[in-house]
Amino acid sequence: MSNTGRNSDIGGKSTLVQRLDAFYEYDREPVTENKLHGWKTFIAMFSGEHVAGTEFVLGPLMVMHGVSAFDFFVGLLIGNILAVLSWAFMCAPVGVKTRLTIYWQLRKTCGPYLTVAYSAFYAIILCLLAGAMINVAVTAISIPFDIPNPDFVNGDVIPTFPWMVLALIVGIVIAALAVLGFEKIAHFSKICAPWMVLVFFAASLAVLADLNVNSFGEFWKAANEKIFTGVPIGNNSKYTFLHVAGFAWLCNATQHIGMADITIFRYAKKWTQGFASAFGMFLGHYMAWIASGILCAAYLAAGFTNPQPGTIALFGAGTAGAICVVIAGWTTANPTLYRAGLAIQVATPDWKRWKVTFFAGAFMIITACIPAVNAYLDRIVGYYGLFFMPLGAFIFIDIWVFPKLGLISNYAEKKKLLLSWPAAVAWIGSFVTMLFFYGKDNYPWLSQLLGEQPAWLASLQADLLFMVAPEWILSVLLYIGLSKIQQRNSEHH
Amino acid sequence: MKNILKIVSFSGLLLTVAPAFLVFYRVIDKPTHFLLMIIGTLLWFASAPLWMKGTSLE
Repeated sequence: MSNTGRNSDIGGKSTLVQRLDAFYEYDREPVTENKLHGWKTFIAMFSGEHVAGTEFVLGPLMVMHGVSAFDFFVGLLIGNILAVLSWAFMCAPVGVKTRLTIYWQLRKTCGPYLTVAYSAFYAIILCLLAGAMINVAVTAISIPFDIPNPDFVNGDVIPTFPWMVLALIVGIVIAALAVLGFEKIAHFSKICAPWMVLVFFAASLAVLADLNVNSFGEFWKAANEKIFTGVPIGNNSKYTFLHVAGFAWLCNATQHIGMADITIFRYAKKWTQGFASAFGMFLGHYMAWIASGILCAAYLAAGFTNPQPGTIALFGAGTAGAICVVIAGWTTANPTLYRAGLAIQVATPDWKRWKVTFFAGAFMIITACIPAVNAYLDRIVGYYGLFFMPLGAFIFIDIWVFPKLGLISNYAEKKKLLLSWPAAVAWIGSFVTMLFFYGKDNYPWLSQLLGEQPAWLASLQADLLFMVAPEWILSVLLYIGLSKIQQRNSEHH
Repeated sequence: MKNILKIVSFSGLLLTVAPAFLVFYRVIDKPTHFLLMIIGTLLWFASAPLWMKGTSLE
């Protein structure tokens, strides 16, 4: 477990870096041939991981944002294809080539300081996402207790006290289970996956009768007129084809073009196993989103208000639907909380595992009690994707493009740098630039600060969800340009 | 034994999904669909953990 030699190589000054290295020491070496897995493992893993509690939130969110049927079906198709291609052609080849975790690859490319920053920010976002999943589970558990779910659209900023008590109890149970046995719950979530997919499908099919759809031939007409009407509900903004496609691509950007899933693909026999992601995308982010969108529309058409995961699932599938929501929330909150605990433990090496997990769990429970988190889940996931994606872009470019440009790959590691400044500048620079172009029309303080915008700037009206490709290109150009300066200057010295 | 368990599991999945088609074609009502789905759910969770394997890559 010792890593003293390595850290003395890079200066030996940072105890945080030493702790981080010690913590991940067990998977420092590339995966060996005898540990590789075939297609079945990856198909099962993607199918289980991407049919999650949050799918019950995202489909209805699209309905609330007034997407039309064409925009939803075709936009999702394009966005999910882009996501699968990103896994297959960008992430999996890197994982198979390096056979390293994201942690160790980032450390080689960007230096240990940026890796620490990555871990810290990742812990925060994971707690937030785990909280969203607890929220999903509680919307179902609250039903038998007759506790109303918070209605954010109608102004509920916090839930009622009994709802918060329920979230607290569920959160403690989930944190305790995360401490006791991550492996068993990961196995259980794989068992749940085929059943959950069918519950989504069956629930949405059953409620089509409520929307007076009498045959499959009538589905498209009803989809346009009654489900994905193209009219936003409440004060929600209007989403178009580009929003849907952009979101479907962006929502897992941290995992595919952000390279987080090289940790998984280092176990793949061939890079083509990246296409296994199609099972996750088209079962979870296509079928399940469409199904939950249909459930939401049918629920509203029946005269109910405040469509929440628990209530819409109960409406379409009865008790089995409510159980599905609880399990979907629980089985995805659990590994998310476990990973958050791993990331937090870096900063608190003297804490026991249970203490770290309960600390992350407390953050998760607070998040679960903020209805705005799920109401803006698409935005939160969008920020999350855009924030981490540049680091993955640097890894990709470093491995495949740098040798062709005559630049040195893994420069931070080879020169024993604590920080790759080209990576730091390109990361923050590209993310802040994207925030600027989005914020100039959407953050009131920035719009006010800018005053009247020049015509060229005013004409660029970009949503957060459109930024995947622009940010990737900008971050890569910055990284290549700055790396050239760095490596040229270094040679002259 | 494993094959019997698999038959029970897949019957559970069938009971989870098939009633929805019957609701869609107005053969059964929603309360019956709910009941059949929960029976299917119980069959699946009572049998699948006994034969399904899982591999974690983390």
